[in-house]
Amino acid sequence: MKLAYWMYAGPAHLGTLRVASSLKNVHAIMHAPLGDDYFNVMRSMLERERDFTPVTASIVDRHVLARGSQEKVVENISRKDKEEKPDLIVVTPTCTSSILQEDLQNFVNRALTFKDSQADVLLADVNHYRVNEFQAADRTFEQIVRFYIEKAKKENFVFEKTEKISANILGIFTLGFHNTHDCRELKRLLTDLGIEIHEILPEGGNVANFKNLPKAHFNIVPYREIGLMTANYLKNEFQMPYVSIPPMGILNTAQFIKEIEFLLKSEVFKENCGESAKKQIESILSKNFQNYIDEQTRFVSQAAWFSRSIDCQNLTGKRAVVFGDATHAACITKILACEMGIQVVCSGTYCKHDADWFIEQVTGFCDEILITEDHTQVGDMISRLEPAAIFGTQMERHVGKRLDIPCGVISAPVHIQNFPLGYRPFLGYEGTNQIADLIYNSFTLGMEDHLLEIFNGHDTKEIKKPQNLLDSSNSWSKDALEELSRIPGFVRGKVKRNVEKFARQQKKTNINLDVMFAAKEAVNA
Amino acid sequence: MTNFLKEKEKLTFECETGNYHTFCPISCVSWLYQKIEDSFFLVIGTKTCGYFLQNALGVMIFAEPRYAMAELEESDISAKLNDYKELKRLCFQIKEDRNPSVIVWIGTCTTEILKMDLEGMAPQLEKEIGIPIVVARANGLDYAFTQGEDTVLAAMAQRCPTGISETSIETSIETESNSECFSTFPKSSTKIFSKSSSNSVLESFSENKTLNFPPEEFNSSNVPNLVLFGSIPNTVATQFKMELNKQGIEISGWLPSTRYSDLPVLNKNTFVCAVNPFLSRTATTLMRRRQCKFISAPFPIGPDGTKAWIEKICSVYGKKPVGLEERETKIWESLEESIQLIRGKSVFFMGDNLLEISLARFLIRCGMIVYEIGIPYMDRRFQAAEIALLEKTCLDMNVPFPRIVEKPDNYYQISRIRELQPDLVITGMAHANPLEARNITTKWSVEFTFSQIHGFTNARDILDLVTRPLRRNKNINLLSEFHESKNTSFVKK
Repeated sequence: MKLAYWMYAGPAHLGTLRVASSLKNVHAIMHAPLGDDYFNVMRSMLERERDFTPVTASIVDRHVLARGSQEKVVENISRKDKEEKPDLIVVTPTCTSSILQEDLQNFVNRALTFKDSQADVLLADVNHYRVNEFQAADRTFEQIVRFYIEKAKKENFVFEKTEKISANILGIFTLGFHNTHDCRELKRLLTDLGIEIHEILPEGGNVANFKNLPKAHFNIVPYREIGLMTANYLKNEFQMPYVSIPPMGILNTAQFIKEIEFLLKSEVFKENCGESAKKQIESILSKNFQNYIDEQTRFVSQAAWFSRSIDCQNLTGKRAVVFGDATHAACITKILACEMGIQVVCSGTYCKHDADWFIEQVTGFCDEILITEDHTQVGDMISRLEPAAIFGTQMERHVGKRLDIPCGVISAPVHIQNFPLGYRPFLGYEGTNQIADLIYNSFTLGMEDHLLEIFNGHDTKEIKKPQNLLDSSNSWSKDALEELSRIPGFVRGKVKRNVEKFARQQKKTNINLDVMFAAKEAVNA
Repeated sequence: MTNFLKEKEKLTFECETGNYHTFCPISCVSWLYQKIEDSFFLVIGTKTCGYFLQNALGVMIFAEPRYAMAELEESDISAKLNDYKELKRLCFQIKEDRNPSVIVWIGTCTTEILKMDLEGMAPQLEKEIGIPIVVARANGLDYAFTQGEDTVLAAMAQRCPTGISETSIETSIETESNSECFSTFPKSSTKIFSKSSSNSVLESFSENKTLNFPPEEFNSSNVPNLVLFGSIPNTVATQFKMELNKQGIEISGWLPSTRYSDLPVLNKNTFVCAVNPFLSRTATTLMRRRQCKFISAPFPIGPDGTKAWIEKICSVYGKKPVGLEERETKIWESLEESIQLIRGKSVFFMGDNLLEISLARFLIRCGMIVYEIGIPYMDRRFQAAEIALLEKTCLDMNVPFPRIVEKPDNYYQISRIRELQPDLVITGMAHANPLEARNITTKWSVEFTFSQIHGFTNARDILDLVTRPLRRNKNINLLSEFHESKNTSFVKK
């Protein structure tokens, strides 16, 4: 047992549900007790989703505890099959139901034997006590891809490469941090390079298209957390190469593009291509990639110029702390250190399972590395190091509030404000602009605060302070004052004025609880 | 009208599949730790529970809440670790860090499945640690959302002092000493039924009759205490105190109290009355285990409910209500402006927090038409007075009886909503945005749980919540006109 107040990564089934509900016409059935379907709330709230989240629970209650699920899961599967007519139903256990050790695979098999069953049915293969949300998402995604490719193989489907050079983008999915914006930016980048986008998965993907995945020439995995397993599977199975450098920040984006160039140049890659694709490679390569990078870096992205500007000079040597998921924390660390000259005093991630990669990425770019899932350790580290700014998750934002240090949010877990309506990618060249803004704004605000403190504020005029609670013509009784103090600070003044106005109208000088509540009843004070 | 709205002779109850969305009952820690200021809530469960609380509690989580997860790991599940030792370690840590007056263990689905003997371990650990440990099994296997509070209060009722005084208490109660009653099971409670006449009250509850006290005359020394149960904000508690004082009735205590050390005295000489419709377990415990006399009344939600509630308490104390009619009329008058917005409009409760019957009753009185009342669980004995008032309200207002659906099925409900096209759907957050996108106005039901909705004074707040989406619609009418299309739905077909 461990005492926990906060967790960075959610439980495993959440990852499965995120993948399943990203796909089109896929329904997930959770084997779970009542109340475990809060994933629907998260998706509907955070993503402001217009459609019903395609997740239902096959409720585990006392009866299930006593007698087992028996027909219940099977019935729920066939019911959803009839109601929603999905292409695929993903059955997933939860932490709780996995202890029941019911043979869910058996239920799935039985559901499949129904003659009228239209959907494919899969049991998510994740251990709820060993993997977290990200690992489970990665695993589930691979499982679904594998399932449909195996199926296509059995049907003797021909995996031909597309005529033009094309790539799949793997790992864009629901509730991902700025994922949809990143996806748009990636599409633009690849189009600029003359590479076609074949499939984007899992977000908005259709299971019928899964078998087309090998038709693309290579895969792009923008985030470490999800997609790598799938990319590896496709590499082993179809010798599809993949690029897994996250194109975040100027340097990383350049490296990402160079990696693609390198790929296109390699002989092995060419062998797999058709004639027209070979010609196309020549034409793509004839465009100088280096020129493209230069132009984008200097004119599309403002970030490189920003690094040279006087603004950024002021940031030199400022101390920052970075914490988040592996991809974002590593990339932001490099951006701060290499692109802006900021001293990263500590960089950390909660992705324990990917610690090796993370350490390799940030070594040399920061003074300390912290790998932990415990938010108190992160909080302690921040208060010990006293950085000028923090780049972290919502938790770090609140640590920052407590310690009066500004914070930019760079990674999940996030609140609704991190699902902005406007275009805010973190990847690609537009992403570099967004990140530069985020970083700069965090720091200036911090400096402004500091200056205000030194010079005791800009204003020479005294700000009119709201009247003291006790200072007024009316006399408040003791319990009425106590009641007033229970009202949240930001409306207290207004309530007080309204009550006093009401009391004057009623010609009452003494304000007691009666008057107070009467005021609320009469004028909603 | 559609076949869903057949005129019925009387209220009917249906039961569906129970495939509905609601909060897990462990969410009760969020309001209970704030209400009971010296408490600490330890939820013994998995990552799933923790993640739920983290997301459901929103910003509260960052304010150093007095709650924590005891997160079970694989070694706990496989019994490699000793539960008792693990809990002891954590509880000592909590004592060290926070030093609360009580630690409440919230048992979850996982502890149920593992058959972790929390009730057995608590008294032992309590002795070692020197802090009372209350065990509540607020799990999703058995309960929904607000019922979590019910399980906590039922457990806490066992910890209330008996306050054995010189005259009124008989020996039968003395066997119910504090720590003892905690670990025993309800079946042993049969022994505490004594044969005194007032105990017929207890039986009357179990025999599904509404409780009616003969208006007795109490002499001043022998006035039974009144204890109200249900967690409500302190402000609302003060308002109730004043309302009842006007009738010459003193509230002698609250379950829960603001501090654990102030738990009210409960014994045979105590009248108890509920303020919330989801407290049936607590009511049963108070009657059976603490021999309190239960006052079955409608719940003080809305001016009509509040009046009926006060009247019932008055009748039990043999008092004639003073100025209650005028008070109710005045409140209704002050609400008229809001009521105009909803009069004649229809509403559909999908059901998730057990406040539905009382809210529906109030809204019908406001002139709304209720199509369906979904409700997770319906205790018809505990809610008897409320149901009777609902029935009466329907007849008074001359509207058809709503369909009451226990353990609803959200999928079927949504198809009914599609057909009925109600003016307002009161629902959970999982369905709110998708319904709005389909041009169906919604109100998030959880807000009713977290807002002040009790008593005369707060009736306006209920209406503010109910009318807000309608007022919003009015304000953004321009936007709809801008579309100038018949179909203002925001979902592509």
